Amino acid sequence: MRFSGLRVLKEGLTGNTGWTPHWRDPEPKSDYDVIIIGGGGHGLSTAYYLARNHGITNVAVLEKGYVGGGNVGRNTTIVRANYFLPGNSEFYSHSLKLWEGLEHDLNYNVMHSQRGLINLFHSDGQRDAFARRGNAMINQGDDAVLLDREGVRKHLPYLDFDNTRFPVYGGLLHPRGGTARHDAVAWGYARGADTRGVDLIQNCEVTGIDIENGTVKGVQTTRGTIRAKKVAMVVAGRSGQVAAMAGMRLPIESHILQAFVTEGIKPVINHVVSFGMGHFYISQSDKGGLVFGGDLDFYASYAQRGNLPMMEHVMEAGMTLMPMIGKAKVLRSWGGVMDMSPDGSPVIDKTDIGGLFLNCGWNYGGFKAVPASGWATAHLIATGTPHDTAAGFRLDRFRTGRGLMDEEGTGSQHNLH
Amino acid sequence: MRIICPHCGARDRREFTYQGDAVALERPAPDAGGAAWDDYLHNRENPAGVTRDLWYHEQGCGAWLVVTRNTVTHAVLTTDLAATVREGLA
Ligand SMILES: Cc1cc2nc3c(=O)[nH]c(=O)nc-3n(C[C@H](O)[C@H](O)[C@H](O)COP(=O)(O)OP(=O)(O)OC[C@H]3O[C@@H](n4cnc5c(N)ncnc54)[C@H](O)[C@@H]3O)c2cc1C
Ligand SMILES: [Zn+2]
Repeated sequence: MRFSGLRVLKEGLTGNTGWTPHWRDPEPKSDYDVIIIGGGGHGLSTAYYLARNHGITNVAVLEKGYVGGGNVGRNTTIVRANYFLPGNSEFYSHSLKLWEGLEHDLNYNVMHSQRGLINLFHSDGQRDAFARRGNAMINQGDDAVLLDREGVRKHLPYLDFDNTRFPVYGGLLHPRGGTARHDAVAWGYARGADTRGVDLIQNCEVTGIDIENGTVKGVQTTRGTIRAKKVAMVVAGRSGQVAAMAGMRLPIESHILQAFVTEGIKPVINHVVSFGMGHFYISQSDKGGLVFGGDLDFYASYAQRGNLPMMEHVMEAGMTLMPMIGKAKVLRSWGGVMDMSPDGSPVIDKTDIGGLFLNCGWNYGGFKAVPASGWATAHLIATGTPHDTAAGFRLDRFRTGRGLMDEEGTGSQHNLH
Repeated sequence: MRIICPHCGARDRREFTYQGDAVALERPAPDAGGAAWDDYLHNRENPAGVTRDLWYHEQGCGAWLVVTRNTVTHAVLTTDLAATVREGLA
């Protein structure tokens, strides 16, 4: 089934009775060429690009819950390419280019909206840092515009410019930054992979990884044993547990990140905006809800819900920056389990076990990475060599200290990112 | 989430600073080798369930605490002074 304007019109006139499920619900086969553990954004895009770019279609994605039930459906949907360090920069740049062609490629409306992202700064030091970041983005071939205070006022007239404690000095505008509909990204990749022959097996939890003589042979699941020549662990916040099934200990701590959404209101916030003096960022969904968040709760957690102190901090920071949002009522809040790495950058790599691959460490920024991560992980699985854009995401960088990618410059240590 | 400080009693989580896994109490010897240091600095059990981590009662008595708690329910089970736990390790 392909989507088109004509099709939408026809279905609208005939009671929407012609739509069919977007993917099959197959029984697992007894063996596959490749098994991907985890049906989140990264697992699904890996499966899609294995089929699309490498013609490898005897593939199963094993998901313990349902497709899109993990972080891929819990994030605040910001898509940007404003990274600074070599290694990250080219990867996120590649990802944004894939985003820009994604809807046509998938024939799926992921509602990618390049509404512009503005990171505000509030001191001379911050201005210098953002000017430097902007230059790095331009050098990478992406776009950045340094706005002064009046420049920001044109875009965001509703900010509290008179705040004496945290005056707005300006902002770094990334015009191609924006948002996308998170569920649709998962569904679009799922449908694209399924159409090309990939089996999406939901309600199928991996409970063990079978290894013989240092080579992976398959997995144990709640739906039986499934054998495979290659297995990729792509389970985000659950990476530690799944890797433990292969006897590995990872440089990953799982932390909680919260997000909030208000009742739907008329269009008022047209960009993605982040505060430079407190943990707060915001955008408005197409349904009208103000979607906002802040930083981690900052303690290891798998609870998928956070505590009140960070909630209070985020609301306070929001009220400081744009007091008008105090009139909107918060409808819901939730949390997701983040796979935090010591340097805040991800891992896409082989392991010491033959045929076993690892994709993890996405921290709080893995949604924008979904296209390029799937692209690079599929390339690694298919060819055995890292893709150029992801060559820096080595697991051994923590052990050797070579190639650490610490965007925030706080040090490669847990609980600092 | 409230944490029970052995000195101060049950206090708001905001009074405490989180350091991370209690592995920090078992610092390897300087010449223990790369693998031991990599484990100590980076690799984690990262359990979904009961864990032991280090908290600092920054806005209270200033003690370092080993907190045993559940990462799935956020229940705080026991709290010990880090100094006492370290003596036990020695
Ligand atoms: C509140 C919040 C806001 C965020 N905001 C942004 C943002 O604005 N921009 C951005 O770029 N990123 C953001 N992120 C980060 C982003 O959501 C994650 O980095 C990314 O979604 C993680 O990759 P994933 O989609 O593959 O994870 P998931 O969707 O979590 O996929 C992992 C899957 O593995 C499955 N799984 C786990 N264990 C097993 C097992 N044993 N067997 C089978 N399956 C298993 C899980 O059920 C899950 O579906 C945010 C995250 C949160 C929580
Ligand atoms: Zn105390």
